[in-house]
Amino acid sequence: MMELFLHQVLAGIATGAIYACMALAIVMIYQAIDHLNFAQGEMAMFSTFVAWQLLEWNLPYWAAFAGTIALSFAAGVLIEHVVLRPILRAPALSHVVAFIALLAIFNSAAGFIWGHGIRSFPSPFGTQPIFGQTLVSPHNAGIMGMTLLMLVLLYLFFRHTRIGLSMRAAAANPESAQLAGIRVGWMLALGWGMAAAVGSVAGMLIAPIVFLEPNMMLGILLYGFAGAVVGGLTSPVGAVVGGVLVGVIENLVGTYMPLLGRELKLTIALVIIIAVLTIRPSGLFGRHIVTRV
Amino acid sequence: MSAALLETQQLCAFYGNTQVLFGLDLSIAQGGITTLLGANGAGKTTTLRAICGMVRTSGQIRLSGASIAGKRVEDIVRLGIAHVPQGRGTFTRETTEENLEIGAMTRHDRRAIAEDIERVYAYFPRLKERRKQQAGTLSGGEQQMLAVGRAMMLRPRLMLLDEPSFGLAPMVVEELFEIFRTLNTREKVSMMLVEQNAALALDLADQVYLIETGRLVTSGPASMMRDDESIRRSYLGY
Ligand SMILES: Nc1ncnc2c1ncn2[C@@H]1O[C@H](COP(=O)(O)OP(=O)(O)OP(=O)(O)O)[C@@H](O)[C@H]1O
Ligand SMILES: [Mg+2]
Repeated sequence: MMELFLHQVLAGIATGAIYACMALAIVMIYQAIDHLNFAQGEMAMFSTFVAWQLLEWNLPYWAAFAGTIALSFAAGVLIEHVVLRPILRAPALSHVVAFIALLAIFNSAAGFIWGHGIRSFPSPFGTQPIFGQTLVSPHNAGIMGMTLLMLVLLYLFFRHTRIGLSMRAAAANPESAQLAGIRVGWMLALGWGMAAAVGSVAGMLIAPIVFLEPNMMLGILLYGFAGAVVGGLTSPVGAVVGGVLVGVIENLVGTYMPLLGRELKLTIALVIIIAVLTIRPSGLFGRHIVTRV
Repeated sequence: MSAALLETQQLCAFYGNTQVLFGLDLSIAQGGITTLLGANGAGKTTTLRAICGMVRTSGQIRLSGASIAGKRVEDIVRLGIAHVPQGRGTFTRETTEENLEIGAMTRHDRRAIAEDIERVYAYFPRLKERRKQQAGTLSGGEQQMLAVGRAMMLRPRLMLLDEPSFGLAPMVVEELFEIFRTLNTREKVSMMLVEQNAALALDLADQVYLIETGRLVTSGPASMMRDDESIRRSYLGY
């Protein structure tokens, strides 16, 4: 009984770690441009196909992994420059349209290039349970480790490097950042590149679990949004905690209320989003900004 | 003191299709303090924004003889023009010290940056006490000091100051203006000061431009304006 509970919590943390990666990517874009990037999931899915292709070409796993991150980063920078730069000051609706267009483009491009059949995707962490028990599969442990590593790296980058500080400044107050000589446009592009890279890691980590196909990220993105909202949309740590929480809740509901859990999986994500927005609009970790003028 | 650091000729500025400045000829002396006066909505803020490339302009803008019209804001700033904007432009979630670091983001001389942060703290000891505090929680006066400090971190040739006295207690204003004087004489920073408080500005500045609805009304040495009663009455309100 207790074992089942623990097992479900741990499994929840593992899937939650994936949501956390997506939530991280979402928060990074949201911080920079104040919009939610609906195409984040499809970008991650496309990256994962790229990784699959590199593996097909017989690259070793970690080389394909690193190559995919680099390519995704470049693609993110390019997307910012080509698609978003022209509409930077346009109303919110233009952004929504652009994101939906990106979503559709990546989805159909992946279908066109790689087809709609499902493919398996390897895990670098193997399938044999490590600690001699079955509580956590090695892949799940790997997911948690990678998420934690990414969070630490991002934290160090944003808190302790000058370019990280520039990015924070550009996101928080673009005009004032420009007046400090910061190239705000490049900071935005960098933010998109990093978000795409983080998303690609999420895609490559989840693919062994959900299988690779053009629609693999639809549900995950929604959970990522839920995680980001729970975490408050402004805090990377919040995004990770939020993502993990959502994963655990999803798993526990699925286990203990099987009727609800199986059929209404996505509904759960939406309920969580709405509940948080109603009870605590700034999320669990959303910084309450004190401003005196 | 006669050579112009910054000069505009027939400077016009537009928000969308609305023209706000109509052919301003301004000259900011090297090493001097020039003040730009005018009623609310006269176009003072717009003039400073035009110099920095933040609005669409036509006409000439020259810094030390070289044209800067049409350049990007970031590139103009990198030429040594520090703009302390109306509203102060505080990065509210970052700490006081991070705000100062942001001001030095175009520089790469780490040791000199650290020294300059200490120099700013020497001018504004209150900022030092609050170095680790979220800047959004500073008082209005402290945020204005921070904005000036951030501008100093650029090691600018020219500072554009947009209503630095706004909303501050008289004591704080006095302190701040004394620091402007010191920065001007000791650190050789030229200044363009926009003020509502004309008496205060005339006291600090040596050159004055008076504008009304985007057009130049008159200009001249500050001492002359102080003594011209008709101008004081009709435009400066004291
Ligand atoms: N973003 C904008 N879009 C359209 N018109 C603007 C904009 N900003 C300012 N204006 C207009 O331009 C004119 C000049 O404004 P500006 O802010 O330069 O005046 P100001 O002299 O700085 O006034 P104040 O003393 O109140 O700060 C005003 O008529 C104002 O309504
Ligand atoms: Mg103004």
